Amino acid sequence: MPVINVEELTDLDKAKMEVTQLKTEVKLERAKVSKCCEEISEYIQSGADEDPLVKGIPEEKNPFKEKGGCVIC
Amino acid sequence: MGEMEQLRKEAESLKDEITAARKAVQDLTLQDHVAGTAVVGRVQLKTRKTLRGHLSKIYAVHWGDSKLCVSASQDGKLIVWDSYTTNKVHAIPLKSSWVMTCAYAPSGNMVACGGLDNMCSIYNLKGKDGNVKVMRELAAHTGYLSCCRFLNDNEIITSSGDCTCVLWDIETGSQKTVFAGHLGDCMSLGVAPDFNTFISGACDFTAKLWDIRDGQCRQTFGGHESDINAIGFFPNGNAVITGSDDASCKLYDLRSDQELITYQDSGIMCGVTSLAPSFSGRLILAGYDDFNCNIWDSLKAERVGVLSGHDNRVSCIGVTPDGMACCTGSWDSFLKIWN
Repeated sequence: MPVINVEELTDLDKAKMEVTQLKTEVKLERAKVSKCCEEISEYIQSGADEDPLVKGIPEEKNPFKEKGGCVIC
Repeated sequence: MGEMEQLRKEAESLKDEITAARKAVQDLTLQDHVAGTAVVGRVQLKTRKTLRGHLSKIYAVHWGDSKLCVSASQDGKLIVWDSYTTNKVHAIPLKSSWVMTCAYAPSGNMVACGGLDNMCSIYNLKGKDGNVKVMRELAAHTGYLSCCRFLNDNEIITSSGDCTCVLWDIETGSQKTVFAGHLGDCMSLGVAPDFNTFISGACDFTAKLWDIRDGQCRQTFGGHESDINAIGFFPNGNAVITGSDDASCKLYDLRSDQELITYQDSGIMCGVTSLAPSFSGRLILAGYDDFNCNIWDSLKAERVGVLSGHDNRVSCIGVTPDGMACCTGSWDSFLKIWN
């Protein structure tokens, strides 16, 4: 499959490509935004409490902690 | 009426239909939905490690697993780092120093890079004699390589300044699929968590969602007022985050086919160069031209933290797969690990 050289396409070619693409996109089934917001915020809220960058990492569990200092076992 | 004029009218009419269809499902905004949610607490991350070794601007960094990452610099080197110890596992000299992107294969067996040489070079890290050598040079793009991402050890997707993205067969070095449709340089790409689709951001101010197997563009997202430099999937694969020269980031939802929220602040006037979501998606970390990285609450669109410490533009950022840290790379030649 040859690489399509976009620089070689005429304005007419580009316009035809655009219309063809828009005809595909106009048919998309779109879900209600309220339902999508629900799903996104549920996903985030169920994970945020365990998200290390949100809740912080205890020093002994941090694989990147700076070296040095004494540890009393 | 000439053909060009007819096509232009048809395009306008179709765009109006799409705008109306998007409006028709907008029964709520994200702001309304999260009105009762509190903003996440102030996020203060510290630099835990500084990875020193590059001699020039760093253009890209990519995590292989939660410990190893690969970085690319215009000093003509790819360095694979053990971020826990800061040791350099590999320092790979490149044929062309004009590198703009790098990627680590999910298996950990290979890395790839490319840039103004218009090629994507694949390196085998696990060669029998221990030396890292070029395995394949994927050449066919007629513009610079802006980004690349492995699907597996035999397939990689590239984005280019020639306005296309390509899916390659690494073994044969041939293009399996060409993804054409953008009208400006493709600057960045991201692969979906399920590996069935990928997204691209371009200098035509749009982001496109592509089906990897049939080559079709499924959805196009507009709204940005300048080049999109950075793009990534939201962790659950149902939304896309973009970063642009217009100084904003946006969240687009795939199922309702529209923008849900914009992350911007009147005090920020410089372009976004890079971005990455945190593990849960609650935070979006974005690198900017003003040497900082801002941390956004993804639901409330408020800035909840800043990573400052670099002495030049933050060009790249990545969060580890386990969410334990983020890495920033800068034109100041250093990488920093924060958590």
